[in-house]
Amino acid sequence: MRVAVLKGGSSLERTVSLRSGARVEDALARLGHDVLPIDVGPDLVDRLRAARPDVAFIALHGRGGEDGTVQELLELVGVPYTASRAGACIRCMDKVVAKHALRDAGIPTPEFYAFSQAAFSDLGAARALPAIEERLEFPIVVKPAGQGSALGIKFARTAADVPGALVAAFSYDTKVLLERYVDGRDLAVSVLESEDGPIALPVVEAIPQTEDFYDFEARYEIGRTRFVCPAELTPGVAARAQELALATWETLGCAGFARVDLMLAGDELTVLEANAIPGLTDTSLLPLAADAVGIGFDEFVARVLDLAVDRAPA
Amino acid sequence: MTIDDTPGKGAPRSSAHEIERYGGLFARRTRGMTSSAMRDMMAVTARPEVISLATGLPDTTTFPAEDFAALMSRVAVDSSAAALQYGPTDGLEDVRRCIVEVMAAEGTSVEPDDLMVTTGGQQVIDLVCRAFLDPGDVVVAEAPTYPGAVPCFTSFQADVVQVEMDDHGMRIDVLEATLATLRAEGRRPKFIYTIPNFHNPGGVTMALERRRALVRIAAEQEIVILEDNPYGLLRYEGEALPTLYSLDGGRYVIYAGTFSKILSAGLRLGWAAAPAPILERLNLGKQAADLCSSPLNQYFVSTYFAHRDWRRYLGELRAIYRRRRDVMLSAMEEFLPHEATWTRPGGGLFIWARLPDYIDTTDLLARALRENVAFVPGRAAYLDGRGGSELRLNFSGVGEDDIREGVRRIGKVVAEQVALYGTLTGAKPAAPAAQVVPLRRREAS
Repeated sequence: MRVAVLKGGSSLERTVSLRSGARVEDALARLGHDVLPIDVGPDLVDRLRAARPDVAFIALHGRGGEDGTVQELLELVGVPYTASRAGACIRCMDKVVAKHALRDAGIPTPEFYAFSQAAFSDLGAARALPAIEERLEFPIVVKPAGQGSALGIKFARTAADVPGALVAAFSYDTKVLLERYVDGRDLAVSVLESEDGPIALPVVEAIPQTEDFYDFEARYEIGRTRFVCPAELTPGVAARAQELALATWETLGCAGFARVDLMLAGDELTVLEANAIPGLTDTSLLPLAADAVGIGFDEFVARVLDLAVDRAPA
Repeated sequence: MTIDDTPGKGAPRSSAHEIERYGGLFARRTRGMTSSAMRDMMAVTARPEVISLATGLPDTTTFPAEDFAALMSRVAVDSSAAALQYGPTDGLEDVRRCIVEVMAAEGTSVEPDDLMVTTGGQQVIDLVCRAFLDPGDVVVAEAPTYPGAVPCFTSFQADVVQVEMDDHGMRIDVLEATLATLRAEGRRPKFIYTIPNFHNPGGVTMALERRRALVRIAAEQEIVILEDNPYGLLRYEGEALPTLYSLDGGRYVIYAGTFSKILSAGLRLGWAAAPAPILERLNLGKQAADLCSSPLNQYFVSTYFAHRDWRRYLGELRAIYRRRRDVMLSAMEEFLPHEATWTRPGGGLFIWARLPDYIDTTDLLARALRENVAFVPGRAAYLDGRGGSELRLNFSGVGEDDIREGVRRIGKVVAEQVALYGTLTGAKPAAPAAQVVPLRRREAS
């Protein structure tokens, strides 16, 4: 098959995307496909129309590639594509939408309040901040709604930190959320679609290096954090984490593959977010978790591609 | 459905393993060198639609292509076999004579034997770290310091203490207090790293009396100074000040120079001038690193100096950069809100700006990139987390129209954040701001 690999682009996760894309290209070549790498830019539609690929493997992360934009375009051009459809991508990328959906479905997620920039500029939302701060209790995590990586996530210890944290978060998006801080362990469960439905892969735990300070940037950064798989959890907790990941997948309507990030405090699990197109590099969590159950990267790519080709157009 | 091979089924403790391939093999010192989110963000700045005021690039389009061709073909004809061969570790004698001439232009007298040709000025920093640093050794640097030196210091596990600057360069009173504190702790810095002329990123130049004081302190306390001077000859006004190397008389100062800013960065040729025992150690380090710097490129330099007027080309570069600096300064006056302050460099390639405390320039860059403009966030120039509200702007790498448009876009996003902060606090934007604490101090549970 002629497979276009969409990668790079202008998102802040461009570097990771280029690495994900390169690895996917190698796997596709080994699988005997005709590979067409595309660093996405203003000429994307023209290139797709000229090259007429049978299917597109989307290895884009962050804005533009993971938020439904490219997916909508591919639907228009009529090229089947991997992983979640536009609707699920939009729901995953926008943390506010995702958390509302999770909460409505009864899936535990840390308590939160969301604001648009207009709420502050036009509706006097700043007046509501003290009440929110009281409800959430300090420290509070302030996040841009639509940023895939750790960029822009701030930790407000006191009320005085909140305005600056909001200014920072609004650098990335016009919508932000204030979230109750969970002091616990970072877990990630990758989900892979199979003939029998979605499968939850073993739980991965991100353990910050003791001699390093911990920050969100370091969270998925090799060298500053150790990743352990399967995580050292009681059988009940591990099973529950996988159940929650599958419930999140269903609720947000994911397809192909995705990664769900959770926190564990005591025995209590909460879902932070879902990533519609998690990293696929040598050091990314999803391929490593798949490898842990005997699904090599080539097999993973082949499966995901088959699912995309078999999927009926929207 | 879940897969059975999960911790639930077996003994969790024994089945858990690290999933990072090679993770147990990398040296501990490489931990500080991992790619950061900021570096990922900088990858976007290289896209063609972005006006990048983030680079430190000299404008190489100004070098006449026909000269380049003629000189290279002369190298091929006159020195073919030697240019294609390995060369001496300390560099070609002819090139070291060229360096003597360049340093004399700033009033520094040096002999070819005091010199070693290196692979860019950057290699001098690396070689000095190799020669002097054991893990945990103290290095004193300016605050802010050259962002490109940070990974060098980090990879040698240096404990870097940064000393504030003002408009006249490194504050000697703060340096003395810092040295006294270190001495009380029983620690002596191995070297003081400084860029006295048109600081990168700070844009300031060290005053003459401070140069004298610094050299005196180094001699009294037997501390080496690494004087990094890539920009000294890119002076747009006033007279050159004596180098630390010349004031010291070649006892405690290692001087790092480069052809990058006066001829070509692509040649990757720089040099070190240092006392003989130090030069020997640097030479040993260079043998291990790369044996020698490209003889082909060294022949190009010696041919260029023999057949062209390097001072004339330098004069042309100065005129171009001076105009670009002026365009940037006037654009900043016009477009940046009054809460911002910045340096007014008399030379070099950079302006350093400071925004209100509540603006984090790493986050601001994300916003600026959506307007297709880029700068270097200040945190890149510190090893201790400071610099969050500062930023570096380069005026040599893009044309005058782009400089003005780029600064206009930055002004727009800064003004937007100032206004937002005002709305959030209900206060005047210029009111004293609370420090935003990034989530980085949570220790492992």
